[in-house]
Amino acid sequence: MSEKKKDVLLSIGASLLCIVIGLFVGLIILFCINSENAIDGFIRIVKGGFYLAPKGIGSEISQAAPLIMTGLSVAFAFKTGLFNIGAAGQYTVGVFGALFFGIILHMPWYVCLLAAMVFGAIWGAVPGFFKAYFNVNEVITSIMFNWIGLYLVNELMYNTIKGMYDQKTTRTYKLSAVSPQSVIPDLGMNSIFKTSSTTIAIFIAIAIAIIMYIILNMTTFGYELKACGFNKDAAKYAGINEKRNIVLSMTISGALAGIGAGLYYLSGAAEWNPQVATALPAIGFNGIPVALLALSNPIGVVFAAIFVAHISVGGSYLPTKYYQPEIADFIVAVIIYLCAFVMLFKGIVMNLLRKKTKKSEHAGKEVK
Amino acid sequence: MENDYIIEMLNITKEFPGIKANDNITLQLKRGEIHALLGENGAGKSTLMSILFGLYQPTSGVIKKDGKEVQINTPNDANDLNIGMVHQHFKLVECFSVLDNIILGVEPTKGIFLEKKGARQKVMELSDKYGLMVDPDALVSDITVGMQQRTEILKMLYRDNEVLIFDEPTAVLTPQEIEELMKIMKNLAKEGKSILFITHKLNEIMEVADRCTILRKGKYVGTVDVKNTTKEELSKMMVGRNVNFSVDKKPATPGETVLKVEHMVVPSKAHANNAVKDISFNVRKGEIVCIAGIDGNGQSEFVQGLTGLEKMSSGKITFNGKDITNATIREKSKLGMSHIPEDRHKHGLVLDYSLEQNMVLQRYYEPQFQNAGFIKTKEVRKYAEKLIEQYDVRSGQGPITIARSMSGGNQQKAIIAREIDKNPELLVAVQPTRGLDVGAIEYIHSQLVAQRDSGKAVLLVSLELDEVMDVSDRILVMYEGELVGQLDPKKITVEELGLYMAGAKRDEVPAEV
Ligand SMILES: Nc1ncnc2c1ncn2[C@@H]1O[C@H](COP(=O)(O)OP(=O)(O)OP(=O)(O)O)[C@@H](O)[C@H]1O
Ligand SMILES: [Mg+2]
Repeated sequence: MSEKKKDVLLSIGASLLCIVIGLFVGLIILFCINSENAIDGFIRIVKGGFYLAPKGIGSEISQAAPLIMTGLSVAFAFKTGLFNIGAAGQYTVGVFGALFFGIILHMPWYVCLLAAMVFGAIWGAVPGFFKAYFNVNEVITSIMFNWIGLYLVNELMYNTIKGMYDQKTTRTYKLSAVSPQSVIPDLGMNSIFKTSSTTIAIFIAIAIAIIMYIILNMTTFGYELKACGFNKDAAKYAGINEKRNIVLSMTISGALAGIGAGLYYLSGAAEWNPQVATALPAIGFNGIPVALLALSNPIGVVFAAIFVAHISVGGSYLPTKYYQPEIADFIVAVIIYLCAFVMLFKGIVMNLLRKKTKKSEHAGKEVK
Repeated sequence: MENDYIIEMLNITKEFPGIKANDNITLQLKRGEIHALLGENGAGKSTLMSILFGLYQPTSGVIKKDGKEVQINTPNDANDLNIGMVHQHFKLVECFSVLDNIILGVEPTKGIFLEKKGARQKVMELSDKYGLMVDPDALVSDITVGMQQRTEILKMLYRDNEVLIFDEPTAVLTPQEIEELMKIMKNLAKEGKSILFITHKLNEIMEVADRCTILRKGKYVGTVDVKNTTKEELSKMMVGRNVNFSVDKKPATPGETVLKVEHMVVPSKAHANNAVKDISFNVRKGEIVCIAGIDGNGQSEFVQGLTGLEKMSSGKITFNGKDITNATIREKSKLGMSHIPEDRHKHGLVLDYSLEQNMVLQRYYEPQFQNAGFIKTKEVRKYAEKLIEQYDVRSGQGPITIARSMSGGNQQKAIIAREIDKNPELLVAVQPTRGLDVGAIEYIHSQLVAQRDSGKAVLLVSLELDEVMDVSDRILVMYEGELVGQLDPKKITVEELGLYMAGAKRDEVPAEV
């Protein structure tokens, strides 16, 4: 078996181990809170969307799409040695881009999606610019830009731009009502899953994941980006324009998060509530565990995001009588964040494998 | 009965993907001896020592300490058995002081607080006893490589290690520092320490070692008493053929000027003065010009200023008649300037890339290797295979080997292959043969001469006096950031060169020849 294949298998093994441990800890928490219903609750979580098929599957799909994008956003930056903790902010600004072009300008969905992408890209580019030219740590700028983005978007939607905020619902206007052409087509999926927001977004997300994989692994651009990520000095020595690549990497990273926002809000899954939205959207932050669980592999991100969406949907089916919604969120968060320890487990799996092969060698010798 | 051997490694085999790095090797270390380990690049020396230090587990074989079989699973186990190691690439914490690095991992404490007073005293005592001069409060990032190494040695002594492993300790030292290290090692042996010493420099073996074990391609060749052998015999056992220690070359026939440096000034990062102070010279087609000097006299900064890794503060560089003072690294590379960097891990390689990816580090964007932004993997593979074959770069899995897993010397060979194969107008080679075995050095030197003979220019920066004298056609001596002498290697002696390098003698250096 080639080294590369072995490494891929090892990574998958480690990710699966993480998931198992995360689920196990989740089960223990369920027991601690309410032991009678723990098993039932656990089954609901594990079944995820399948617990309430087909509707649950539909909502799982519609949640997975933006998660894939924010996961890709974080993973792409990781590959180039940057930590984009600002995916949440880029996502938020992307929401504004999508909804402004939809609700106000009545543009078709693909234009709105492009707008979300461009808005997110700009929000990613700024921290990248500061990092490249002033050596300001991207983590700090990204976090600042998360909050700047959030309050700016709230202000714009609530006050500055008339016609986005609906006083009656205290949310932005429903896209399907005010601008149906801005809604991403569902190709009949909504009727299959009996949902209202299961669209082709998931296919767009998967296609972008594949494109990212190709860019990172087959192009000179990806070669440059990864070289910068692995060894800045060697990249400089090779004549690679490191500053430009940092800016580009953060720009693309932001664009990916922005697309995530577009895919979610243009599917009609939700409306933005500027008054309540004083916390950054979880989908933005969950990109981090998704990227970690996938070990920054774009294809891995697809599966990791689907898993996280699966568990989240499952958590929402916990009976609220025994488990308050906060508890459900908490358990899901524990499972997801334990998954972020995947690197640690990769080492453990490697040691286990080594011991095993050694043992079998010894066994082999004795037989001889 | 008291056992003669403090360490025995018996029938050690270690397999890596695609390669048996150690194949049934036996090594016995006597108490109080200096035992050299010799072998070509990739012969498995570092691997064998890493096994003894607990970094790798042998696939099969037995290790004995004082005649008793032991299991060494981690470096901590090795430490418990009083085995210490100075690695080929140091492992110090840059932002810690020397003292903190020495006590790291075995910190003396009083309650929950560090108790450094006793530690400091012990370190100072050790440093006096063995002549290991260090400043315990200096930050590691500020001290010379030589002092970093002494810190590593003190680290071992502080832990009362009695088996000391040195993996190529002299590769990064100046000749003066090497002298000093040789003395220290003899001292240590006299005090009863047992030393395992890897080096490619046969002179060093002849000078300090009692016995020498030779490996070839992972296999054990033999162990010899150093007093009963010669350099030639050692190199023959190691390479399997006679090695020519001197460089064969015809007199140079220099042509037009390729590189012209005028009044170059480069600031220093370490201090407020300039590292390079107003130097001017030229390099012509068909000659090898060598910049000689004691390490730290501005050579590194000069090269970085020339190649574009750092900015120079004033001066002018002309390359084949074109002003390249403000050209980018990429532009210089495209114009035909090639650079074998001083620090292979920092600049020369992307260690997490495969060997083939590293082979195109400077050329991945050329039409030969990409089409519309897509890398032509087949072409890259073919090209890498060609270079690997031609320069005998050894690794476990050929082109797809991750550079990090290659032996130090083979990493260096890969860089040299890549840079020379660009067939540059000017090859800037800094310490190109650092860490290479004698066979490889012979080959690389012949390649530098071949490059010259095909009408290209070579600018060599070297600390090795032998290399300076043998390879170059013209020597420029650098002292405290200035050029203090232009010498003809055929007309001067090593002693004279030494006087210039020490700043005891200086001439005017003409800006152009
Ligand atoms: N961690 C590793 N994974 C895979 N292969 C390895 C690893 N370490 C060493 N090797 C391979 O084992 C062989 C021996 O390497 P080693 O570093 O022991 O050589 P060496 O004798 O120290 O050479 P040098 O003089 O160049 O330092 C090399 O071919 C190298 O590619
Ligand atoms: Mg080695």
